[in-house]
Order: sequence, then C-alpha cells, then structure tokens
Amino acid sequence: MRPLEGVLVLEFAQFMAGPSAGLKLADLGARVIKIERPGSGEAGRGIALKNLFLDGSSLVFHTANRNKDSYAANLKDPEDLERVKKLIAQADVMTHNFRPGVMDKIGLDYNTVQEINPKMVYATVTGYGTEGPWAKKPGQDLLVQSMSGFANLSGDRDEDPVPVGAALSDIITGTHLAHGILASLLKREKTNKGSLVEVSLLESTLDFQFEVITTYLNDGNQKPVRAKQGNAHAYLGAPYGVYKTKDGYISLAMGSLLTLGEVLKCDALAVYTDSDSWFTKRDEIMDILRSFLIEKTTDEWLAILEPAGIWCSDVYDYKKLLDHEAYKVLQMDQRLQLLSGEEVHTTRCPIRVNDERLFASKPAPRVGQHTEDIIKEFNL
Amino acid sequence: MKPLEDILIIDLSQFLSAPSATLRLADLGARVIKVERPETGDICRQLYVSNVILNGESSVFRAINRNKESFQADLKNEIDKQRVLKLVEKADVLIHNFRPGVIERLGFDYDTIKKINPSIVYGDISGYGSEGPWKSKPGQDLLVQSLSGLTWLNGIDGSGPTPVGLAVVDILSGAHLVQGILAALLKKAKTGEGSKVSVSMLESILDFQFESITTFYHDGGAPTVRPKSNSAHAYLGAPYGVYKTQNGYLALAMGAIPFLGELLGCNELTNYPEPASWFTERDAIKKALADHLATDTTEKWLSILEPADIWCANIMDWDTLFAQDGFKVLDMIQKVTMGDGFEYETTRCPIKIDGEYLTSTLGSPILGEHTNSIVKELIES
Repeated sequence: MRPLEGVLVLEFAQFMAGPSAGLKLADLGARVIKIERPGSGEAGRGIALKNLFLDGSSLVFHTANRNKDSYAANLKDPEDLERVKKLIAQADVMTHNFRPGVMDKIGLDYNTVQEINPKMVYATVTGYGTEGPWAKKPGQDLLVQSMSGFANLSGDRDEDPVPVGAALSDIITGTHLAHGILASLLKREKTNKGSLVEVSLLESTLDFQFEVITTYLNDGNQKPVRAKQGNAHAYLGAPYGVYKTKDGYISLAMGSLLTLGEVLKCDALAVYTDSDSWFTKRDEIMDILRSFLIEKTTDEWLAILEPAGIWCSDVYDYKKLLDHEAYKVLQMDQRLQLLSGEEVHTTRCPIRVNDERLFASKPAPRVGQHTEDIIKEFNL
Repeated sequence: MKPLEDILIIDLSQFLSAPSATLRLADLGARVIKVERPETGDICRQLYVSNVILNGESSVFRAINRNKESFQADLKNEIDKQRVLKLVEKADVLIHNFRPGVIERLGFDYDTIKKINPSIVYGDISGYGSEGPWKSKPGQDLLVQSLSGLTWLNGIDGSGPTPVGLAVVDILSGAHLVQGILAALLKKAKTGEGSKVSVSMLESILDFQFESITTFYHDGGAPTVRPKSNSAHAYLGAPYGVYKTQNGYLALAMGAIPFLGELLGCNELTNYPEPASWFTERDAIKKALADHLATDTTEKWLSILEPADIWCANIMDWDTLFAQDGFKVLDMIQKVTMGDGFEYETTRCPIKIDGEYLTSTLGSPILGEHTNSIVKELIES
C-alpha cells in the first residue's frame, strides 16, 4: 500500500509548480484529478520543449502529469460548477495557481470551499504572494529566478547573469506546496479541520538560497562574487569548481588544498598554508590548478585522486550518464502507453518507500478522459 | 497550532541534504533533536563559506540548524548509544545520511530500529542509492551535479560545464525526503504502521531534470545544445533568455517573436512568423534581440513590455530586491536568538498556513546544548 492511498486531490493548477506537486502526491499513492477546461485543457499542454508533442499535448505536459485523471469542466458554466462543487465536497485536497482574485470570481475561494467541505486542504501557488505591488505580476520561472538574486550565483565572474536551464523556481515551489499539503493532512488527522496552504515562487526561490542569503545578511551585505573561471559556488573557496583536463572536465569539491597539492604533486599549492587564503586567493589558486590539470586526462586524475579520498568526479552529459551501469541499476526510467498508441519514456518518482521504487500506473490523461467515469463514481 | 506539533524527530544526519529536511519539519512544528558526535559535532559547523564566522561557527550551519536541539553522543560508545536508542524508542521519525553500510555497523539500520519502535518512520539519504558501482562514492552536491548531466543545461554553448552555484542536489533530496516522511507519517496516523523512506541525491537531481531527460529519451538522444548567447534554457526557443541593456539586464520568457519585434521596434524579428523557427533559429533571433535591447535601459523596455503582458523582469541582486516593496511585504527575513543570546538574521520557512507564516525565534544550538535537559526529560523519565 502506498502511503497516500485514499487521498483525493483535485488539481486546478496549471503549468509546472502546482502540477509537479500533484505528481509527487500521485506517485505517493494519492488519486489526482485534474480539473481542466473543455477542449484545450490546461495551458501547460501547449508549452513544449524542442517542439515535441505526443497525442496532441506537449511532452512536458506528459512528463508532469503522468499518473493523473482528467475531468473537463467549464467553471463559468453553472451546471459544471455545481458538479465540481459536489466533487469538492468529497475531496481531501485542492490546488490552484490562479492569480489572486480569480477563484473569488468563480466562487471557489477558500471561504466558500470551506463551507462546502470544512476538511479541505486548500493549497495555492502565486508568483509573489497575495499582497503588495507584485501580487498581480505574472509568476513565471525565469522571471522569478531573475528577480530573486539567484541568477547572480551561477556561471563565471565576467559572464552575464546565468539562470538555471530548468524550471528551478517552479520545481522548488512545488516541493514546498507538497510539504504544506501533507503537513496539513497530518494535522487534520488530529483536528478534523482543513487548512489553507499558500506558497509563492518568490518566497520559495528565496528559501532555496537560505544559506547564502543568511551569509549575506550577516557579512555586511557583501555581494556574491563568482569565481573567474570554473565557478561552482560564489561563496566557496578553492578548489571548489570545474576544471578542464586533457580530454574533458573534472569537478573538485571542498577539501584541504594542501592535501590536494600533495596528492596531485602540485607543489605550487603548498604555499597556501592559511586556509582563509583558499577563499581570498581563489582565482589565483584555481589558475594554478587549471594549468596543472590540463596536463592529464580525466581518468588519469581520477585514478590518482579517488583512492586518496579526494572529492572529485568526471562531468557527464546525458548520453554518458544514461549509458552508465550506475544509472541503469537505479531503474530510474519508465514507459507509459498513451491511448494513441504512442509511448512516453520518462523518469519515475525519486522517493522509495520500504525499499520499493514508485512507478506510475498510467500516463497523463487526455482532456476530460475520465469525466464520465468520475460523474458516475462520485454521483455528481 | 503548527501542523507537526507533537512529532518527535531524532536526526543523526549532517551537512545539508537531510539537515535541510529536518529544518523544514522543525518549521512545520516538529521537535528535532540533532544527535552530534562529541568535539566536532556536525562537520557543517566548520564548513565556512566566504570565510564568514557567526558566533564561532559557519553561517551555513547557523542557517540550516536553527530551530533544533543538539544532543551530544558518540554512537560508537555503548552508553551513549543506549541513550540514543531510548530516544529512538519515543520518536516518530529517525533520519540519517550515512553512507550505505555505516548505519548497519552502528546498529541503527531499519531492521534493528523497527524492532525497538515498529511504528517509526525511518528516513535516509544516500548519494547514489544502495546498489551499483557508485554506492560507496561520496555523495557531495557538486559531484552529483557533475555526473547527472545538469551542468550542460546552464550557460552558453562553448562555455564549459556550468554547475548551479548552490547546493541544489542537497536541497532537492532533502525536499523529497520531507515529502516521503510526511506521507509515511500520514499513513502511520491512519494505520499505526511505520515505513522506511529512502532518497538518493542522484535520483533526486534526475527527477529535477525530468523534463529534459524525457526530452532526451524522445529526441533520439541528441546532445544538449545551449544557446550561443542570452541563454536561460537549452531546450527552449527565443526569446527565452537574459539580455543586457544600457544599464543592467532584462529577462524575457515567452512571447511571439514578430509581436515582440513590433512592440520593441526591432524589425528583424518580423522575419520569423513561424513559431517552430523560434527554436530552430533561436541563435539568430537572440542576437538580433540582444543588439536591439542594448540600445536602451531596462526601465524603458519594461515600460513597453509589461503593459503588453509580455513575461519579462529586471534582473536584481539582493540589494535591489530587498529594497522593493514587493519583497518587504513578504516579511521573509526573521531574527533568531541562540541559547547564549547571540542574534542573527536568516530567512523564514516559505510556506504559509491558515494565513500565518511559520516562524521561530530559536537559533541554532551550541554543540550538546540540550544533552542534559533531554536526558532528564526523555531518557531518565
């Protein structure tokens, strides 16, 4: 039995942050029903990477919405709305990411829903919270990475700001949404009452930076300075970073620079006896390492460093990783069959329960694929 | 009432991955007892960033371990071990992030713990799982980023691998552990049954890349190609990226290219009516956009783009952000106080429940600060 079996989630949320939370809940055993507008469905169906689509929806949509059902409803239509309200009366959780005010107009705001179902855990995602000058500003991943200071942390010193090339703010926010929902469900076991859970992309992306923001708040507000080349962390000293070798790259994590110098037989490092200098003279030290590490291949260096317990690794791309035995043994992928006959080849939930991997039982739904069944099942 | 009140967590973990999980659980209301070895404690106490020392220890440790108690114990010492096992008997959750094999030698593996406390939720984080050729490799953030393919998603084509400049793997694996633990606690509340929840850093950062790995599975395994300039995503077309302006930077997310061209007065963009070309021709489009946006200020462009509902933003550093009303209204910074009276500022939990922020004034503990009180309260009683 999966831990969340018996939990019913209604997902009004679109795009990535809310649906990524719904996906985790589904993989952990909850039943997740997407409430989608008839016809086009949720907006995320149209947003594609590399123009890739399957069965009329983007591959991204299939990735984030596997293991869910779809119920089509026009929330502006009174009959549809009544049915959705009946469904709400029987659900445990609902999520949405409408801009502040939209659910009030529809008549599914928290207070109204509480009257229908006092046990509902009602969870929302916004871009920047519900108050203040940004409350109505579009909450989008790249914009929030940019506004939150985060884009100043990756990449080399002279580069432009470097955002992370994945939906970092969305995904982090989704994890927090799931935390709030699950904690509230747990509280409900004791109180028998629902809760309102609110997260925002901005707050979540700031929380993600909590270590370095705490440092900034207590070091006299010094701006982060990225390493000149091979930067992997603006706040960490040498050798932390990525270095070119004769045939590729090698990453070196934190550790004693003096030990590293001995193991590598890189005598130039021996002068840095004061560990403070590993940060204050980071660029100089990284230059020395860079000119030294280019002389041998990655494998040659790993053969020297790994047995000595130095924290280091090769740098892989997807092909190299996915062909590697260490990836295969994880059984991280799964294949799901669509109604169209096409197949989605994707990853699985990263959490294991009682040593078992959690695979999905079904692919992402077509818009309204389960409407009729749900009407019958829940007597709508 | 915070949602996890009455939940007792014994935390044997160190560094960031699992400790970031217990920070979240503490903010949600759980009581977290951090078990630390004598003398050094959690190694993170000495893991300085920017050489910043806060009240004698690392600012990073102070950020991760606020709102927790510290219980000093040497798990290899029989008396100490028995004390910790007494705590485990009373606990709802036990968490560790030792490498595979170590926990068995210490006698805190799930099979042993289950006998003492059958309903416990047992959470662990490893680097690469417990099987396969990498199981004994050090699970460190940058190394896992490097092996996971993530470093090829950021930055521009031709630049080297570009890691995320933060412990993204640690934080995500901690977040996944929290999800698994809370789900297991819910099951425990309903059925009385305990569970083991396991997360690895590698699986967590692969899950994070689920969109691009799924794409890789479907595009014939094509290499990841980053844009030549103005990069923000290897798999998205123009205009998605960061652009230099006369006085700063502008981020542009989505938008129809010809429409953007009209709005901004950049005629070259009207040559790309076909949406598919916004991906296939993104380098040329981005170059044209970049040349044009460099001719005026960020404010000027925002004043044109925002009213037209184009997703765009000013790129800010923390100085700029923290001065904005949109930031101030969030009350994101809280002041916490350590047992010795030392005060410092840090961020709060990002989750709001029933209209309230989850804050706490408790700073991080001094090593072993609560050993005696915990012995009296939970071990001798």
